[in-house]
Amino acid sequence: MTARVGVVTFPGSLDDRDAQRAVRLAGAEPVALWHRDKDLHQVDAVVLPGGFSYGDYLRCGAISRFSPVMDTIIEQARQGMPVLGICNGFQVLCESHLLPGALTRNDSLHFVCRDQKLRIENADTAWTSDYASGQEIVVPLKNGEGRFVADEHVLDELEAEGRVVARYLDVNPNGSYRDIAGITNAAGNVVGLMPHPEHAVEPLTGPTTEGLGFFTSVLKQLVNA
Amino acid sequence: MARVVVDVMLKPEILDPQGQAVQRALPRLGFAGIADVRQGKRFELELEGPVDDAALARIREAAETFLANTVIEDFTVRVEGEAK
Repeated sequence: MTARVGVVTFPGSLDDRDAQRAVRLAGAEPVALWHRDKDLHQVDAVVLPGGFSYGDYLRCGAISRFSPVMDTIIEQARQGMPVLGICNGFQVLCESHLLPGALTRNDSLHFVCRDQKLRIENADTAWTSDYASGQEIVVPLKNGEGRFVADEHVLDELEAEGRVVARYLDVNPNGSYRDIAGITNAAGNVVGLMPHPEHAVEPLTGPTTEGLGFFTSVLKQLVNA
Repeated sequence: MARVVVDVMLKPEILDPQGQAVQRALPRLGFAGIADVRQGKRFELELEGPVDDAALARIREAAETFLANTVIEDFTVRVEGEAK
């Protein structure tokens, strides 16, 4: 049986098609989910894609977080369903309090778009088990509000529990505290990531294919479950 | 109708690059002597009914859960009197 991975489309999502494509290339079946539909259509995992849902009005992800589909996703995520939030999806996860901290305006005030080197710090999450801990990858990064902030004791807790999933290498593109590019919840099923692995899955369109591992990781986890 | 104002500001310990950019632009425009700028948001809520304790409690709840992200922002709620 093929694993079914849902990809939510909010009004203003941009990267939902690329996320679906990455899911397909990893060998799973992508399922389009609609923000107003509470039903997850029996998916085994969910990707919240990048973009500018609700025009980033109020705060990035603040309005999407209250959409009907999120009620079900929050409930299922707490029960262990794998959820990956990329860029705007990471912002939605923080606004939902499934992940700690918040994402704020880049310290440079500029929108940043570059191929970004990362180090995978935690290869034990549902979304990173196909990587080796310490592995370096390059995937695109594009954000205006990607600066991860949290208070000191939350940052210390994330570090102590190994919940920093990926860190920026060479350049910190947005001023994120402790070079944090991605984090996970304590259970390891919910991951938020500011860079875009779904844009690095094919040689034709990506700088590398090193983003595919996020999607093959969850597939492996679902098949073994 | 009564008006309630919710002001939302980044917490003091959170860097405000927008406020800093405004602060750096001020002297270039001839506005000297401004040591710091923090930029926030102001929400003006027009109530259908009276501003009683129950209404204010609901507005505080809305501010806490939606208008502000209390991980990074503080908010204040005040009644601005009868709107015209």
